[in-house]
Amino acid sequence: MTALAPSRPTLRGNWERNQSLLPTLAAVALFIGMLVYAELAYGRVFHAGTMSSLLVSFAPTIILAVGMTIVILSGGIDLSVGAVVAFTSVSGVMLMNAGVNGWLAIVLMIVFGGLFGLVAGILIQYFTVQPFIATLAMMFLARGLASMLSTVPVHAPDDAPIRLIATDWKIIDGPKVNDLVLTPGFVLAVFVVIAAFVYLHRTRAGRTVYAIGGAESSAQLMGLPVARTRVSIYVISGALAGLAAVIYTAEVGGKAQNVTGIGWELDAIAAVVIGGTLLTGGVGYVLGSVVGSLVLAALWMIITKDGSIKPEFLTIITGSILLVFVLLQRVITRRRVE
Amino acid sequence: MSYLKSLVRTPWFWGAVGIVLLLALNTFKDPNYLAIGVNPTTGLLSGNILDILRVSAPIIMIALGMTFVIATSGIDLSVGSVMAVGGAVAMETLSTLNAPASPGAMFAAIALAVLLGAVLGAVNGFLVAVIGLQPFISTLVMMLAGRGIARVITGGQNTNATNAPFRELANGQVLGLPLSFVLAIVIVVLIALVMRRTALGLMIESIGINPQASRMAGIRPRPILITVYTLSAALAAIGGLFTVSEVMTVDVSGTGYQMELDAILAVVIGGTSLAGGKFSILGSTIGALLIATLNKTVIFLGVSSAATPAFKAIVIIVLVLLQSERIREMLLGRRSRRDMTIPPVTNPATRTEEAVA
Amino acid sequence: MTDPTPLAEVRNVSITFPGVKALDDVSFRLLPGEVHALMGENGAGKSTLIKALTGVYRIDSGAILVGGAQQHFTSTASAQAAGISTVYQEVNLCTNLSIGENVMLGHEVRGWAGINWRRTHAEARRVLGGMGLGHLDPRAPLSSISIALQQLVAISRAMVTESKVLILDEPTSSLDAQEVATLFDVIRRLRDSGVAILFVSHFLDQIYAISDRITVLRNGQFVGEYLTTELDRTQLISKMIGKDLESLRALGSNRQVAERDRTAVPVMSADNIGRKGALAPTDIDIHRGEVVGFAGLLGSGRTELARLLFGADRADTGTVRVDGKKVVIASPRAGLAKGIAYATENRRDDGIIGDLSIRENIMLAVQAQRGWLKRVPAREVDRLVATYMERFSVRPNDPDRPIRLLSGGNQQKVLLGRWLATEPELLLLDEPTRGIDVGTKADIQETVAELAEGGMSVVFISSELEEVVRLSERIVILKDREKVGEVVNGPDVTAESIVSIIAGTSEGESA
Repeated sequence: MTALAPSRPTLRGNWERNQSLLPTLAAVALFIGMLVYAELAYGRVFHAGTMSSLLVSFAPTIILAVGMTIVILSGGIDLSVGAVVAFTSVSGVMLMNAGVNGWLAIVLMIVFGGLFGLVAGILIQYFTVQPFIATLAMMFLARGLASMLSTVPVHAPDDAPIRLIATDWKIIDGPKVNDLVLTPGFVLAVFVVIAAFVYLHRTRAGRTVYAIGGAESSAQLMGLPVARTRVSIYVISGALAGLAAVIYTAEVGGKAQNVTGIGWELDAIAAVVIGGTLLTGGVGYVLGSVVGSLVLAALWMIITKDGSIKPEFLTIITGSILLVFVLLQRVITRRRVE
Repeated sequence: MSYLKSLVRTPWFWGAVGIVLLLALNTFKDPNYLAIGVNPTTGLLSGNILDILRVSAPIIMIALGMTFVIATSGIDLSVGSVMAVGGAVAMETLSTLNAPASPGAMFAAIALAVLLGAVLGAVNGFLVAVIGLQPFISTLVMMLAGRGIARVITGGQNTNATNAPFRELANGQVLGLPLSFVLAIVIVVLIALVMRRTALGLMIESIGINPQASRMAGIRPRPILITVYTLSAALAAIGGLFTVSEVMTVDVSGTGYQMELDAILAVVIGGTSLAGGKFSILGSTIGALLIATLNKTVIFLGVSSAATPAFKAIVIIVLVLLQSERIREMLLGRRSRRDMTIPPVTNPATRTEEAVA
Repeated sequence: MTDPTPLAEVRNVSITFPGVKALDDVSFRLLPGEVHALMGENGAGKSTLIKALTGVYRIDSGAILVGGAQQHFTSTASAQAAGISTVYQEVNLCTNLSIGENVMLGHEVRGWAGINWRRTHAEARRVLGGMGLGHLDPRAPLSSISIALQQLVAISRAMVTESKVLILDEPTSSLDAQEVATLFDVIRRLRDSGVAILFVSHFLDQIYAISDRITVLRNGQFVGEYLTTELDRTQLISKMIGKDLESLRALGSNRQVAERDRTAVPVMSADNIGRKGALAPTDIDIHRGEVVGFAGLLGSGRTELARLLFGADRADTGTVRVDGKKVVIASPRAGLAKGIAYATENRRDDGIIGDLSIRENIMLAVQAQRGWLKRVPAREVDRLVATYMERFSVRPNDPDRPIRLLSGGNQQKVLLGRWLATEPELLLLDEPTRGIDVGTKADIQETVAELAEGGMSVVFISSELEEVVRLSERIVILKDREKVGEVVNGPDVTAESIVSIIAGTSEGESA
């Protein structure tokens, strides 16, 4: 019973340390498997054109998943991100149409997102409202405000800077349409992922997020700045939703409407869960959520290529996958406790 | 005088006041707002009040189901989607049976809808009570899946059907009152009787207030939790029936959309705390009526109906804040809290400050 | 010889909660290079004092000084910044993080690119080495080492912040003998380096093994500070429970030794019943109409044993027989079905259903037995409620009042009514007279005697030894989570003799 662990990393120690990587590795395997299947079934998958358009169109999802990862790591949840995307995109475009400087409008979109997060964070930390209630209310609020602004699509002016974010950068000019084309929006997404990685693994605030998710009372007693950190992560989540709105609006040619983003929070949560982050918090990686987003991207690609699966099935499939992964997490954590 | 005081303190009192204020507002705009007339073609009574009662029926149903779920400290985010499922099942059944005048077809449609709703609710209950998933994630997935299920049932179409008896549900009248409203009230009364005449209501409250102490007293939480979620979904399915009966069409995207917001708001207005515990069926019913009145008032006053969800969200936030211990402390100017680390406790069972030795 | 300046000092500190004064004008000092034990029974104020020192509780009056300078703690972080580190009974670390990270959390080594993990883990290794834990791999997950080692890792945190004061609150509750020895080595090393260590524990042997000085609290008040070498166990215990040696000897048992037919089938018989971390495997028999007392100090395992018998916790080992028939009691519901009722020690956490009325609280267990469908008839409920409210004089006499509005004592009485309403064969009472006025205390004790005469078996658990001695026919003595003795009550059994058995100084103690 006196477990004086030996100094060199034991097999057991290594195994346990890497066990939290297992789900992420499984997700990677799943992603590759899906791509291979798609290639065999439909062809033209491992194709620079297909790949790059997939990555570019999923850039907003990746950004939302990153924000959601941080929130879920702390043991919370943010149900408002989809609605915040709608509000910030509609309000941003309307500001542009009203003559506000295009770049300023972009900044304001991110700020508005952060404001929603700030309110949610304050409700959760200082008024002990449960995260799902607080962010659910924010979701209805943001969606409602977006609908108040406009129920019909609005379009940004043709010369608005926001469109620049969607410019195609031909990285590799391949034969015919087989080009590797990326956009500034995609590059932004990559930056966000890197920044989140640095935040979570290289800053004390980020480690506080893990501590809160692991054992909040312990984090309190250890003297960590729990209150400040918790409010900031909801601000980050909201701001990232604003950024995702910027990229998405650019992608669709400057069009924004109040029904944008419906269900996006589900996709974000699914990406996070598939990527191996525990819904209960404390364990997970932002890179895992990126893999999770790619799995969703592959899923979407398979469904669109296979015309026989009707669109209404997509929601059921995403929901089922989310449920399966959540159940798996539950089973694994229960076994670990025993 | 003390009667008045206790009346003011009952939670649903303010809901009733809200209804009266909204009606007064409408009457201010149109003095004939409250008038009841007779519809020349159908021979039935008509009027704004009757419209409100009619559209309140589905809201009353989902609010009733949500009351018990919230009382156990849970939440059911899938009620809107289950409404769509219920409506979809009914419309598909009726359109397949193609018996425009048959009451039998109507009963078949109703039975199948409620049955499927109950099954979905039982799945929620199982995930929460047996597997131990957090209620919000489990019902969130069901919300997503429910829409998909509704689409699968109708093949993606907004199925419509013809069946006179079924149509009567929303369009018929009993003693001048809309049939759906009367049925809703009957259901409310029946369930209230079950809750209070058996020990089910007591056990639900007990689990919500202090699950540990309830367990030590011999209560088994699992069957009760499963029942509560099953009931919520079954009632949501009935709500869906009332909704589609109005126009005899189901809108797989629109039916029940965002209605979980209405349900939660109705329950909170009615005085049941989101933290769980004692519930008020009467309160939730009045809350539902308030929401129906609000919906109709917004349209009547010409305000864009797009504003209502935002307004409702703000009301929820305000009410949740009022329920929060912290606000109560701030408002009552209590002495600063002793314990500086842990946020204030919202569980009423532990409201007496702990005397730690 | 004058004592050196205290590293930390508490002067005339009081902390009042609604209804109770947890600390009453307490003064206390921690000298450098010493292990100072803080002793006291339930309600003594130890936990409150520690929370005041660690920045969890605000003090109402008095002062806290560290290094001679007065402190005003606003948070746990400010207490840590002042040099006070605390390690609690439950290891307050994050098991989802690595060992090294737990050691350095909040103080990781940073470079220009953020946290430098290589240097951080190296620093962690250095600190752990100073604790004799250099063989641990800082990158391994915290969950891969035993609780004992986790406890030591928690202590290492104090070294990172270079604390002058280390508070250890019940650090050995989950440790076995070998692990305790390791811990004590570390404590001695720290002490020798000048750290002041506050050691809170109810394990007497450990106190005498490790501490240099002992402070005793009782009922929120300071009783005295003694050098460990100048205070023997019996004196210590009597100071803790507030009776001096003479009056302890005088508290004899008034009970006649009852003629008990020991060949009859016991109401309950447990063989080798135990649960890892809670109670060592124990045998116990309880006969019909018998009052059995569980005696022991705080944390000795009395509650744990009661919970196992009732089914609130599941036993890892052993068999249980009720009326001779082997049963498995895996839940409170099953316990109640077998005719066992358990009045818990902590009525706030698992006793009262706060928002429900007195009436509902009383009939809850009876209702749970009948199931949800069959409501207990109103007439029966009224009868039950009236009976018990009158029997225990519950005030205010309003059955519809929410129980949370009642005083602690009245709440306890209502709960007693709940359990008696189920007409159990075996009633387990855990600290039933805690926080109750003197008159009602006597009343409850009388009730226990009546119930036993009527054929009900009662297990009576109390920290007040004279109560246990007065009421019980047989006394089971527990210490450090195991049964250390059992005595049949008689004229020669006194509170003092029980104390000696606990202290381990009596001959004829059964192991």
